[in-house]
Amino acid sequence: MDITQVQNNIIDEFSVFEDWMDKYNFLIDIGKDLPVVDPRYKTKDYLIEGCQSKVWLYPEYDGNIITFKADSDAIITRGIVSLLIKVLSGRTPQEIISADLFFIDRIGLRQNLSPTRSNGLLSMVRQMKLYAMAYQVRMTPSPVTQPPTPPLTPPLTSPLTPPFKAEN
Amino acid sequence: MKSIEEIRADFPLLNKKVYNKDLVYFDNGATTQKPQCVIDAVNDVYLNYNSNIHRGVHRLSDLSSEAYENARKTVSSFINSAKHQEVIFTPGTTSSINALAFSFGERYIKSGDEIIVSYLEHHANIVPWQMMCERKGAVLKVIPVFDNGEIILEEYYKLLNSRTKLVSVTQVSNALGIILPVKQIIDAAHSADIPVLIDGAQGIQHGIVDVRKMNCDFYVFSGHKIYGPTGIGVLYGREKFLDELPPYQGGGDMVDKVTFEKTTYNELPFKFEAGTTNYAGAIGMGRALEYVTEIGRENILQMEHSLLQYAMEKLSAINDIIIYGKSDQKVSIISFLLKDIHQYDAGMILDKMGIAVRTGTHCAQPIMERFGIDGTIRASMCFYNTHEEVDKLVEGLLKVVEMFS
Repeated sequence: MDITQVQNNIIDEFSVFEDWMDKYNFLIDIGKDLPVVDPRYKTKDYLIEGCQSKVWLYPEYDGNIITFKADSDAIITRGIVSLLIKVLSGRTPQEIISADLFFIDRIGLRQNLSPTRSNGLLSMVRQMKLYAMAYQVRMTPSPVTQPPTPPLTPPLTSPLTPPFKAEN
Repeated sequence: MKSIEEIRADFPLLNKKVYNKDLVYFDNGATTQKPQCVIDAVNDVYLNYNSNIHRGVHRLSDLSSEAYENARKTVSSFINSAKHQEVIFTPGTTSSINALAFSFGERYIKSGDEIIVSYLEHHANIVPWQMMCERKGAVLKVIPVFDNGEIILEEYYKLLNSRTKLVSVTQVSNALGIILPVKQIIDAAHSADIPVLIDGAQGIQHGIVDVRKMNCDFYVFSGHKIYGPTGIGVLYGREKFLDELPPYQGGGDMVDKVTFEKTTYNELPFKFEAGTTNYAGAIGMGRALEYVTEIGRENILQMEHSLLQYAMEKLSAINDIIIYGKSDQKVSIISFLLKDIHQYDAGMILDKMGIAVRTGTHCAQPIMERFGIDGTIRASMCFYNTHEEVDKLVEGLLKVVEMFS
């Protein structure tokens, strides 16, 4: 399933909710179901600080796709995090970079991803794209023949460190 | 005296709906709604006599300058300053404190000097002093609080010493609603000849502020928190200090004589009002203060006290609610958490029910850290709120508990 199909599925899923309460109850449920992130990744390096809620985002790259793990201290934020993971995790860097996240608007949660809501979600999306860009750059063959210096070649699964972090 | 229905009818926005539900506006600590008379006063400026103040030779400029100076007199009598020249218009509380931190720092502070603030301060009464301390090599000292959030006066007395150059404390904690014992704070500082700034951002609208009775040296507040427009506020300062302090901004209107060699400054209050000020805002704020006087500050106090009592009683009855800042010295602000429920989650659900509260750290991170939390839900009420609205909040909170349990 490509990113568009996954988003359309989410839109279908949400279309059954008749009022806001059902929608938020669903977000709460999927928020609770989001797999717990290993506490060792819930550190400052992976923290996207919002004024309202916090989000932790941890990427793993196997040379082909990026897998994201994420968490939040607020349940509704976790619910939306879980939707973003569903759409953007397990994709190639290029897919992530060019993804147009239209589903947020269509399921009526745009306010949650607006810069005026400092809940970490907008920064989370930015950060996911930044990771994708950084991994893509890293995989682009270098015109220089000599191998990159050690700081640029950590194990493929290691996350990028804070210099890549988006400002919140 | 006006009935609550009449009062609410004065505020057009209170009668709006959000998400098709009656708005319950409990975010007055962030900003208050405006009565029609304030909206009209600002409109009147732009519709009928807009013109730059203190500059024109023409009729409209006379009218706007006069309205602006009348607003200053209204502020002066509202806070009971000895002279209306002691009232400086600024863009708001934050600007007032920054201005003073700069001017006071330039004039009086040297390396090793100390400034005292309290643990309850809003960031606006911490950061400007930190910046000034950094510039001047001075040191920021902090009055600690008890576990309920009340400041420890004994510890404050111990902080006062010959290096202390200024005490700058809030009149009311924006995060908790606790009223500080400003009179004792001021008296103790004065006994050592130390001037005191009182941050009235959360105090001006909840009580009778009399700067002479309080005997503070500086008092700052914002118009928008007392039913006036945004972008306008006040820096009150004792004339003695304002005369000595250098201006913090240079420009038009603040000068006496300008040559490229030397500029002499205008007299008070103009020395501190460089450039075109927000005169429409000042006029609107003046009208807001008149409105508050018409309602009666004693009446407002009573109405808010009754609201606070009722809300404390109702909220305390909710299972697993944790109320921060319990004190008998409080304005109608209640800060709380529901056990195991994130404040942002609760705020989002309340929002959907048409209830506006603030969640987060309320720009007062130190006191949140003192409690070991990263935010609260804050319901800040004022005289136009009702007991029925408190009931709706309680109902909303019970729904939140149900949804997240």
